[in-house]
Amino acid sequence: MKAPFSCRGLTVGYGGRPALSDVTWDATPGLTAILGPNGAGKSTLLKAALRLIPAEAGEVRFFGEALEAARPRIAYLPQRASVDWDFPASALDIVAMARLPRMRWWGSVPRREREAARAALASVGLEDFADRQIGRLSGGQQQRVFLARALAQEADLFLMDEPLAAVDAVTEQTILAVLHGLAREGKSVLMVHHDLSLITAHFDEVLILAGRVVAAGPVREAFTEASIATAFGGLPGRAPVEAPA
Amino acid sequence: MIGHNTLVVLLGCAALGAASGIVGCFALLRGRALLADAIGHAALPGVVAASLIMAALGGPARSLAPLLLGAALSAWLGLLALRALTASGRIRQDAGIGVVLSAFYALGTVGLSVAQTLPGAAQAGLSHFILGQAATMTENDALLAGGLALACLAVIAALFQPLRALCFDEAFARSQGVPVRALDLVLLGLLLAVCVAGLPAVGLLLVVALLIVPAAAARLVTQGLPAMLAVAGSLGAAAGATGALVSVRFAQIPTGAAVVLAGLCGFGAAVAISRRAAR
Repeated sequence: MKAPFSCRGLTVGYGGRPALSDVTWDATPGLTAILGPNGAGKSTLLKAALRLIPAEAGEVRFFGEALEAARPRIAYLPQRASVDWDFPASALDIVAMARLPRMRWWGSVPRREREAARAALASVGLEDFADRQIGRLSGGQQQRVFLARALAQEADLFLMDEPLAAVDAVTEQTILAVLHGLAREGKSVLMVHHDLSLITAHFDEVLILAGRVVAAGPVREAFTEASIATAFGGLPGRAPVEAPA
Repeated sequence: MIGHNTLVVLLGCAALGAASGIVGCFALLRGRALLADAIGHAALPGVVAASLIMAALGGPARSLAPLLLGAALSAWLGLLALRALTASGRIRQDAGIGVVLSAFYALGTVGLSVAQTLPGAAQAGLSHFILGQAATMTENDALLAGGLALACLAVIAALFQPLRALCFDEAFARSQGVPVRALDLVLLGLLLAVCVAGLPAVGLLLVVALLIVPAAAARLVTQGLPAMLAVAGSLGAAAGATGALVSVRFAQIPTGAAVVLAGLCGFGAAVAISRRAAR
């Protein structure tokens, strides 16, 4: 089987200084956490793979295909802080945006797509908040709206940028339950994550970055004190949040 | 009570107001509202150049279409200059707008003073492009404004879903393969069309207000984008009509100022309503 996500020699620079150099890595189906200190290039990896920012070198393939061919199979969940939550739209409006490639561009959202969006909201426990303006949701609820939007894309590969950052306990439990549900269905999740405490209990694989690949593989093999120390010690002043088991 | 000419001016300004209110919503949500100011100011050299060329060719002195064409070309050049200035990332959008706006306006003002020394009617009415004078609006001008409003509505209705997705979350839209650059170009085209069409009536100094004020007011009092568009369009139309009426009755008041003041009354009401709702 082709790897859901595979990059070869991916190098990304912001004005000369490389944020990521020569990343070569194959993901396996299941839950993968992308770890590393601030500035390690975790979000950059996802953005460059989706060509939201240009790469200087390298190639990324999804299920063995180029991005254009694989787009319908890929869902993206950006960081919550990247958008204006005062935007005049309801939770349902936002989740329905996931159905854009399947619907006409004019007029209102067709009933079928609205129902799909409603189902996605229900799967993150927000069925009662569908019509609420997004600015009136809590931070955790907004994060779940983003997760619902990714789910409504009905993808096979999910690229998630810090969905567990600064969320409440209910949201964390909901998101983890959804992630395990996706894994059971044979989907793949690559999740940028900042907190080392949830890794051993919830993830299958890790990719540890510090501007380059520090370690990658099954949690038991790659998530070691040595690799964490290399990654987080590589940038001064950054210590692991919690020592790995 | 209202004569035929007044009615023409009133309806023309109402259509312009509606179009700019609606286009202004997307400009505002996309963070591009101030581009309207750059477009307005950058249009002046084109207006002057077009009138000089027409005078040299012996064309009719009071013909709006060539002047607007000149305005649109010149404003487009201004936008290209802005893009070139900000491309490196070292000059940000706000500073770039300041440079382009003042450079083109200065050039246009020099051109205007040169045109005024020339014999003939070349410069007649050109100063109206600065402050706006709707009273001179002809039936054709009003029809043009109405057609433009309908065209803007049609484009926005046809592209409503992807435009909304783009304005909320550009990265997500791009990750889905939505043609973000093309949509941005369409939005820019609408902004340019509305600004240029509004120049003779509202004037280049205040055309930016026609785009921002109704949209900002609508945003304060609505929860969803369709409602925001409806409120901004209505407020823009009401402000256009009121302003036109005032400036026709009191000839010494420029239309642009009257329209903007009328719109600001609506804005003030929106602020009051949103404050009450927040309590």
